Amino acid sequence: MFTRIGLKLIIAVGLITIIIIGVFSYFNIQSQKETLMSQAEVHAYKLSDAIKNSSHSSMLLNKRDQIHEIINTIGQEPAIREIRILNKEGMIMFSSKSELIGEMVDKKAESCYACHTADEPLEKLPMKERMRIYRIQPDSARILGIINPIYNEKSCWDADCHAHPETQTVLGVLDVKMSLKDVDEQISDSEIQSILFAVIAMITLSIIIGFFVRKWVALPVKELVKATHQVSSGNLNYTINRLGNDELGILGTSFNNMTQKLAEARLQLFQSDKMASLGRLAAGVAHEINNPLTGVLTYSSFLLKRTKDNSELQDDLKIIVRETKRSREIVKSLLDFARQSVPKKHKADVNEIIESSISVVDNQLSINHIQLIKNFDKNIPQITVDTNQVQQVFINLIVNASDAIGDKGGTITITSTLLSLSPYGIVQVKNASCSKRHDLMDNEIKIDGLPTIRVKAISSGIEGYINLDPVYGKHRHRYGIKVKKGKEVQISCPKCNISLLEKDVTCPKCESIVYSYEVSPQGLFNGCTNPECDWEKWDAVDDAGYKDFVEIKISDTGSGIPNESLPRIFEPFYTTKGQKGTGLGLAVIWGIIDNHNGTINVNSKVDSGTTFTIRLPAQRNK
Amino acid sequence: MICMNKKAKILLIDDEQVVLDAVSKIASLERWEVDAVLNVQDGLNKLSSNKYELILSDIMMPDKDGFQLLEDLYSMQVNVPVIMITGFSTVENAVKSLYNGAIDFIPKPFTYEEITSSICRGLEYYKIQNKAMEAEKSRKDESIIFVPCPAKYNRLGYMSWMNLENEGSARIGVTNLFIVTIGDIAKIDLLEIDDLMIQGNSCAKFETDNNLIHTCLAPLGGRIVERNERVIADPSLLEKDPFFEGWLFRIIPSDIEFDMKFLIACSSDRI
Repeated sequence: MFTRIGLKLIIAVGLITIIIIGVFSYFNIQSQKETLMSQAEVHAYKLSDAIKNSSHSSMLLNKRDQIHEIINTIGQEPAIREIRILNKEGMIMFSSKSELIGEMVDKKAESCYACHTADEPLEKLPMKERMRIYRIQPDSARILGIINPIYNEKSCWDADCHAHPETQTVLGVLDVKMSLKDVDEQISDSEIQSILFAVIAMITLSIIIGFFVRKWVALPVKELVKATHQVSSGNLNYTINRLGNDELGILGTSFNNMTQKLAEARLQLFQSDKMASLGRLAAGVAHEINNPLTGVLTYSSFLLKRTKDNSELQDDLKIIVRETKRSREIVKSLLDFARQSVPKKHKADVNEIIESSISVVDNQLSINHIQLIKNFDKNIPQITVDTNQVQQVFINLIVNASDAIGDKGGTITITSTLLSLSPYGIVQVKNASCSKRHDLMDNEIKIDGLPTIRVKAISSGIEGYINLDPVYGKHRHRYGIKVKKGKEVQISCPKCNISLLEKDVTCPKCESIVYSYEVSPQGLFNGCTNPECDWEKWDAVDDAGYKDFVEIKISDTGSGIPNESLPRIFEPFYTTKGQKGTGLGLAVIWGIIDNHNGTINVNSKVDSGTTFTIRLPAQRNK
Repeated sequence: MICMNKKAKILLIDDEQVVLDAVSKIASLERWEVDAVLNVQDGLNKLSSNKYELILSDIMMPDKDGFQLLEDLYSMQVNVPVIMITGFSTVENAVKSLYNGAIDFIPKPFTYEEITSSICRGLEYYKIQNKAMEAEKSRKDESIIFVPCPAKYNRLGYMSWMNLENEGSARIGVTNLFIVTIGDIAKIDLLEIDDLMIQGNSCAKFETDNNLIHTCLAPLGGRIVERNERVIADPSLLEKDPFFEGWLFRIIPSDIEFDMKFLIACSSDRI
């Protein structure tokens, strides 16, 4: 139930509570005991004085019957065990127990002990020492005895009876014995109460502490342990739910951060590993295929040379030479893909490229009863592209769309439009440097697949890195350290520590400090250091005004792509076609569009279809 | 028949029989004599007993690779020009071949025209090389056979040169020796401005009067910012002043430090 740390905390806190409440209860009981006892003592003393005073006149008149009556009446109180009066010789003169009258009391008996321990009997006794508490039997109730000496006074020797001579100091002793049964009961009652209270308090406290320990420590720790198990077993997509704002919450957030970075690093590694093996494969294939192709190409071109007078043969041979050259280009592009080579660009009409792509796959579409709808914008300017590569993109996307539709029939819609978009949120920083020309680009941490700008940041004495979003205006920075609004933050180049903050310039939106870095050849890029402010300025790009893009949308009414697959579809070797596909198609497409400085996005809903949106930069004729 | 080198003896080394057969067939049409062998060791054996004017060699072969062949030839002091032909046609292999002394690099598969152009150039190179050596021996012949490239230039093999300028750009051109080996130029086909030039990839094609097309490999990688339109209009400028007025491109190099590793300093030619 409890993880170990929770149990330990509960035990520790519980022990401390037990000690504190125990000590408190102990002293509480003690003081209650003392109060009750002193109350009983005062009560007994007052009683004994009352008896003494009430019998005073009877004594003087020597009315023994009256004294007997007083003693008997008072002695009927259940709390009073015995009242007796002893004379100087130790004979019981009066007693509430009449059978004891006339008996001699041993001077060593407990009631006489206080005065008669010394050889000479004491005549005056302090109050405390007149009391004695004892038990007759070990299991019987305690008895409080109080002796009250009766001193000689003038009225005694003047009295008519002349019973006492003037020389006597003490005439006798009044001894009252009271049962402490009630007091003892009260004491034990309050003891039980205190102990009960202590136990209940300890249990309640333990439960409350247990509850909070479980809520604040045990459950978050359990979640963290679960997360580490998930990560160690390879699930890097596991994220910890918000654990709160305390240290464990921060640990949870940084754990999520860590796994995210790990996942990215692993993906990167995985991707580069795939690319490397693909490179080896392509190189191997190229080498093996090129030798037989050499045979075909040399022999056919040789024959072409030797049969100059046979025009019919020449035409056929020319086809062989042409097609072999095409094969050569395909193999070369395979090698080029492995090395991500640059496109061979020239001006071309996008609509024409789409048309020629359609003509390649037309047959397949009509076999599958797929209707093709073309919405072309006739006013699209020519754009600078590698026709072969872009055609490959369109063919691939149309074939994918037709595969998604299957043989049930459906429609594919291809739309081309000319867009004018604000550079804000589109233009990407592709190179960034500090004023000392140190490269700030970070290819390892990517935001939305794009390399980021890495800067060093110091806030509240903590040093870390911030990866800035390369897309102008998007502001999806990744913070390696916490930067709070209004707190001062130092931003510098990770290589030379030169500050990237602008002196004397403040953000026009929130008046925070502004950072800047250089983007060559497009000048300075400014941004606000306040993480909650999205102000960014890039003069060179703003000056260039709206950017023109040719947007091509290819939509199908096919099966759609499930949400969990969407982020992975552009990865090499990721395929949903099983044995039918290599998983390279969309990775190649992404590479081609990226090489053309364009973007490709996908929108998909399961069972209702998929739309790929490609944007390629265009220059309007001025 | 395309070029004038009749009865030239050529050594061909390749581990693929079909390549040997194909090249032999082409050579027979051109009246060249070809010894075709399947591995480097056989080739070296042939070299010790025969005199060749040109060697064509594959790079990846089972016993030794083409680079080892270049090393062996260097240590044996054999002055026969070597042309690399390979199916493993990476830029790295092209640049490495030229750096190690090959005079040309032909990726497989090639056409009749491509291989014959290269062979013609190789045979011409052999002749010029011999003339130059003789001139050096006799020290009497005052006539200049070819103009060596200026000392501060760097070159890729014997083909192309590059010279760094103060502004951070670099000028690219072809060596005089290359021009001399191809003969009279009829037409020049250059890459466009803003194109990306890749070291070891083709950057210029020269068509000669005898319909051969010679490919020049780029000495540096980078973006082309300017090209010499005067040369395109008047190819004879190349023959007159190949190292200054006859430049071809001005580029912004992309990774000069990496590319420099495979370039030969022209100053080393004079020692």
